Amino acid sequence: MTAPTPLAPEPARPAAIRLTAALVGNPNTGKTTLFNALSGLSQRVGNYPGVTVETKKGRMICAGQVFDLIDLPGTYSLAARSPDEMVAVDVILGHQKGEARPDVVVAIVDASNLDRNLYLTTQALELGVPVVLALNMIDVATAHGVRIDYDELGRRLGVVVVPIQANKGKGLERLREAIATAAKSGHPPKGPTFPEAFDREAATLYDTLGGEVPLFLVRRLILDVGGYTEKRLIERWGPGIAERVQALRARLTAAGCGVPAVEARSRYAWIREATNGCVQRPATRAVTWTDRLDRVLTHRVWGTLVFLVLMFVVFESIFTFAKPLMDAISDGKDYLADSLRQGVTSGYLPSGPLSDLLIDGILEGVGNVVVFLPQILILFGFIAVLEDCGYMARAAFLMDKLMSRCGLSGKSFIPMLSSVACAVPGIMATRVIENRRDRLATILVAPLMSCSARLPVYVLLIGAFLPIRSDKNPGGFAWFVPGLVMFSMYAIGLVVAPLVALLLKRTLLRGETPPFVMEMPLYKWPAWRSILRRMIDSAWAFLYRAGTLILASMVLVWALLYFPREEGAEQKAAYVAGLQQKLASAPEDERAALQAQIDGIGRDGLTYDVHYNQLREELDRLTDEGQADPTKAAALEEDRNRVHGEWKRQSVLGWIGRTIEPVVYPLGWDWRIGMAAVASFPAREVIVGTLGIIYNEGRVKSDDILKAENAGDTKLAKALKNARWEDGPRKGQPVFTIPTALSLMVFFALCCQCASTLTVIRRETKSWRWPLFTFAYMTALAYVGALVVYQVGSLFI
Amino acid sequence: MPSLDQLRIGQRARILAVAGTDSLAQRLLEMGLLEGDELEVVGLAPMGDPLEIRLRDYRLSLRRTEAARIQVAILP
Repeated sequence: MTAPTPLAPEPARPAAIRLTAALVGNPNTGKTTLFNALSGLSQRVGNYPGVTVETKKGRMICAGQVFDLIDLPGTYSLAARSPDEMVAVDVILGHQKGEARPDVVVAIVDASNLDRNLYLTTQALELGVPVVLALNMIDVATAHGVRIDYDELGRRLGVVVVPIQANKGKGLERLREAIATAAKSGHPPKGPTFPEAFDREAATLYDTLGGEVPLFLVRRLILDVGGYTEKRLIERWGPGIAERVQALRARLTAAGCGVPAVEARSRYAWIREATNGCVQRPATRAVTWTDRLDRVLTHRVWGTLVFLVLMFVVFESIFTFAKPLMDAISDGKDYLADSLRQGVTSGYLPSGPLSDLLIDGILEGVGNVVVFLPQILILFGFIAVLEDCGYMARAAFLMDKLMSRCGLSGKSFIPMLSSVACAVPGIMATRVIENRRDRLATILVAPLMSCSARLPVYVLLIGAFLPIRSDKNPGGFAWFVPGLVMFSMYAIGLVVAPLVALLLKRTLLRGETPPFVMEMPLYKWPAWRSILRRMIDSAWAFLYRAGTLILASMVLVWALLYFPREEGAEQKAAYVAGLQQKLASAPEDERAALQAQIDGIGRDGLTYDVHYNQLREELDRLTDEGQADPTKAAALEEDRNRVHGEWKRQSVLGWIGRTIEPVVYPLGWDWRIGMAAVASFPAREVIVGTLGIIYNEGRVKSDDILKAENAGDTKLAKALKNARWEDGPRKGQPVFTIPTALSLMVFFALCCQCASTLTVIRRETKSWRWPLFTFAYMTALAYVGALVVYQVGSLFI
Repeated sequence: MPSLDQLRIGQRARILAVAGTDSLAQRLLEMGLLEGDELEVVGLAPMGDPLEIRLRDYRLSLRRTEAARIQVAILP
């Protein structure tokens, strides 16, 4: 470089001050493994505003000196095209708010693919910060017959070169020493030489901008046509600068060093010169394991077959391996809830809204968060293994054509497939997609895939209204109908998601097709420790950042169903009359308690929760004694469920249901279905429980429906079949007809009734705009879908 | 002059030029697709797109539309 160094060297700092090191490198170079090895357990995730990539930070000690180590996103080049790609440049230049300018850059390169890896290193050499070169995977390079003279290479590049094997922890001590020495030396290295015409133009432009923009960015401004530096500088300096750069580029082209080729030519020429003589490659390339494996794994037929089998295994594992863990979690939650309720009954816990909030609101909410963990852990385990061993790029390669039909790329396939089990891990898996628009489109349509939480709704409604014809059930349907309906529900997601993705890519997320120029890395054994770490990281990220919001929304719906809780004068009078009747015939030892109950109501009024709990406890006592009169117990149970239903129907949510009835009426729903649908917005599986309460069937869990031999025979299914319209033109007719059941299923298939999904979208996009958008478009889609199904269905059935 | 997307599996070629000055051209150049370098087509995805090539010391996959930017001379 002939131009002046734009940034004055920093004054020497006392050793007690923490220094900062930044780790840069291409993807698939073992960068994360090195970061983990250097920083141990002292890691945290750093977030920068306006950026969706995460940077990890850790602490490392090199020769007694404490360093903050920043792991920058893996990249092939510092030519930033988006805010996400700009992070690395901003951090190293010291432009990132809240981040100290690094004292040293550690560039990790794959020794078995040296030339292309060094391209990024040559860019890092120009940032005005000392550089240490960590030459990783020397074992692979040696196996490929590559011989490297490390010291000579270091001399030619002007930096210290340390051979390492990050996965085996080899060479790390020497690397630490080199980092400490380089950081204290403060000598920035010298990068490759560019044609003189280019340097001259860059220096002039640097002066024109008053020296305010670092020379590195001035050069990027010239080199990156339509890049992010250009965008940012136009914002700061006005469009005049674009015209100036355009003229400058024309002059460079005329001088025979047009952009962008001048950069690649200069850098690769410099790399060739630097490696010439000190890096020896074998005359004939040996056939590697990667060559052999790729002959099968990217083969049109065999590759596809292996891929399909593998995806089936992943998909089945999310379903089957997660199931026992999820059952254990929900059983544990139920056990805890029962114990707490027992505590209320026996007086250890006060009865009333607080205990109810704890048991039905918070515990239920926490259970609903934790229950996702097994699926997240399993999926991320698989993704980490597939990515670490190099297969993920092959999967994207095989699926690219299919996904490009809906405007996406092969990298969107696994997130979409995972969403069939659960959209939460699916959305988290979109991090492998570098292009922001592609990633957003994938995130926004992932919740349309039919997830496993929709299953209980389908099973219940199909079991109740579309059963197979049999001797017991002569009004049933042909054997294939239930399966066909279930398949159609899944097909809705599979058809609608790509269509919406295509629409989004043509409208909101329109833009240049991102290049699908993707490295196919060498196959290698996965590093188990990194994999475990990624699984734990993803689980923690979900619990910590999404968990609290999911919990809040669960508690909100609980409150909407809980209040108001005062019973009307009529119910109160009827209840007191019943108690007095009992009192008249009660044995001596029960009279005092009954009298106290009546007095209590006279004093405090009667609330539904007290009433309900009294009936529940009475029933529990009766069944505990073991000699319950079946008719008496049944009457008591019915009474309990009636009070429960009455309570929920007059709650705020019940009022909402009645208010929105005109809106849901065209879908064939009465206000009770509307209310249950609203209650299930935080978590769709809640609808089964809510329908149970509203139809006086007490607590019904979605699991009971799935485990029932015939879902159509459950009490809830029978209650649904018996439900009648309470008023209006359809008064007295059954609420649930086949079109109504179908419209409800379609609504659930298309609607984003999942607080977890929405909070994970917020987490991944760092903005409320996208979860709100997802919610709005999916609700609209669900409404229209349900409307069409009901209205068209009513014409035929 | 043939372009990379016209090559069959197993064919080798020398790069003559990368067309264009946009960010795609820049990306291709950064990845080491430079005039004078040799490459070999090693695979095709199920629907004939994208293709997998070997160049320098590594493997790269790119779509046909992107490969069409790369003018090559087929080697015997």
